[in-house]
Amino acid sequence: MRVARRDSVLSHAVLVLASLIAVYPLATIVVRALGGADGWTLANFAQAWTRGSFASALLSSTVVAVSVVVLTSVVATLAAFAFTFLRVPGAKIILGLLLVGLVLPYEVTVYPLYEMLSGFGLIDTYWALILPQVGLSVPLGVFWMNSFLGTLPMSLVEAAYLDGASRRQVLGSIIAPLARPAIGTMATLVFLFTWNEFLLALVLLPQNEAVQTAPLSLSFFSGAARATDPAVTAAAAVLVAAPIILFYVLLQRRLISGVVDGAVK
Amino acid sequence: MTTDVRLSGSERVTPLRPAAPVPPKRRARRDWIGYAYLAPALVFYGVFVVVPILQSIQISFYDYNGLSVASWVGLDNYAAVLSDGRLLEALGHSFVFLLFYSVLPVMLGLLLAGLMSRIRIYGLTAFRALLFLPQILSTVVVAVAWRGIYDIDGPINEFLRAIGLGDLARAWIGDFDSALPSVGLVGTWIEYGLCMVLFLAGIAAIDREMYEAARLDGAGAVREFFSLTVPSLRPQIVVAMILTVTFALRNFDIVWNTTRGGPGTSTTVPSVFVYQFAFQSRDIGLASALAIALTVVTLAVVGVVLLLGRERDSKGGRRARRAS
Repeated sequence: MRVARRDSVLSHAVLVLASLIAVYPLATIVVRALGGADGWTLANFAQAWTRGSFASALLSSTVVAVSVVVLTSVVATLAAFAFTFLRVPGAKIILGLLLVGLVLPYEVTVYPLYEMLSGFGLIDTYWALILPQVGLSVPLGVFWMNSFLGTLPMSLVEAAYLDGASRRQVLGSIIAPLARPAIGTMATLVFLFTWNEFLLALVLLPQNEAVQTAPLSLSFFSGAARATDPAVTAAAAVLVAAPIILFYVLLQRRLISGVVDGAVK
Repeated sequence: MTTDVRLSGSERVTPLRPAAPVPPKRRARRDWIGYAYLAPALVFYGVFVVVPILQSIQISFYDYNGLSVASWVGLDNYAAVLSDGRLLEALGHSFVFLLFYSVLPVMLGLLLAGLMSRIRIYGLTAFRALLFLPQILSTVVVAVAWRGIYDIDGPINEFLRAIGLGDLARAWIGDFDSALPSVGLVGTWIEYGLCMVLFLAGIAAIDREMYEAARLDGAGAVREFFSLTVPSLRPQIVVAMILTVTFALRNFDIVWNTTRGGPGTSTTVPSVFVYQFAFQSRDIGLASALAIALTVVTLAVVGVVLLLGRERDSKGGRRARRAS
């Protein structure tokens, strides 16, 4: 018993240490941001907010992320429904091609996307970031919804068909309500990825400050301001991280169990 | 199977299937209308992922600066990728990053899982939330935080000076010797929590009786770790490897926002060159060939992980890989 007790204390100590290390970098920027010449201050936040135009950046990030999440949720749920419950010819091959997208380094798409969206006249608009990110989120969305819908019994759908329900009715009144928690977790993941996306924003929103997203603004801001004012840079980083952390505090329980269960399927 | 299928009788209009009792196993009908449901996803994926990849492949055979007419150069860009010292060096860095972003986090995660398998964990939800935190932060925020930590006056150097090792203090990401492992450790920090969370969930699913049986058989902690914990976690290990490996090989954000590939070329990676060639030096054919090479390497490494994960797959993994 004594040995087990000692094991438990030691193991929890390691766990506490691992957790502290996970939080430490964030804590350093919070502390640096709050630090002033004489005691704690919010002045750095005020400066970062006005100098870096983060109000506009956070709004842009929200517009882009919400649009991508809504579009991805709809198209991925429709597709996963077809893959799971409709006998679409060639479904296996199509699904395989989609799932390759899960591990693709999207560096390979970046230049052609830039040319394509320039051609459409969309560079430096929200659409330049929204449309490709839906495309890039589709594999995750479909994979996620497929794993969930695969757990539902086929008989559920067949019973409805025998009752004369159409595909749309089956999806709308049986599948969608059941899938709501899975859609929620998928939407949360896509939201996080989209909000944090950096390379695409750098390439597709290069000039127009009014549509630049929060990570991109922070990157420009810290590139320019860092040497002169680490405290203001840290405050800017906290401002960019804050909404996501708030979001995370609210949703972490479901997000993490969703990821843990969903990832292994 | 009658769940709350709320379809009134009046909606019985056009039965999709013959009303005759079809045995549910045999579903002969091909559903072409199903494509209507796939179409929106396929259009987005096709237009914004597949077409750009095909275009990248095409451009990779040309000498192209984005302005004047492209000229066909065959495999020259690929030859350049394979012979250019900078690019090979960058690829070498990617493999170093694989160690830091993938191998090290997975090992740390397994170690923790091994410790935790012997005890009851208190406060697991809170620990998970904290360990997962690095995953949700923007990589740009992460880079700002770590640049501060590695700063010449940052906490690491302060600590070294405080314990009398001030000689070791340096600008960690500005120094040719320490920049690569320093940037690598940022990746370790991002990924180890994810691995731990995945593995902790995995060991929670292992039957407690297996551990009791192992202990009754006289298995020590080490033996138990290698013959029970690790094999049981195989599906989680495969997932963790795939997630971390793809992140490691992409890895534009962290490098760009900490060092821009410097000092010199000491931390540069293929994706940074892809960006620089495509948008700064305008050697787009070379950028495309490099991006294609990076894609091939990524798919190959993921393939190896999947293969290794499957090969020794006896009982642990089968269960989890749900047939469907």
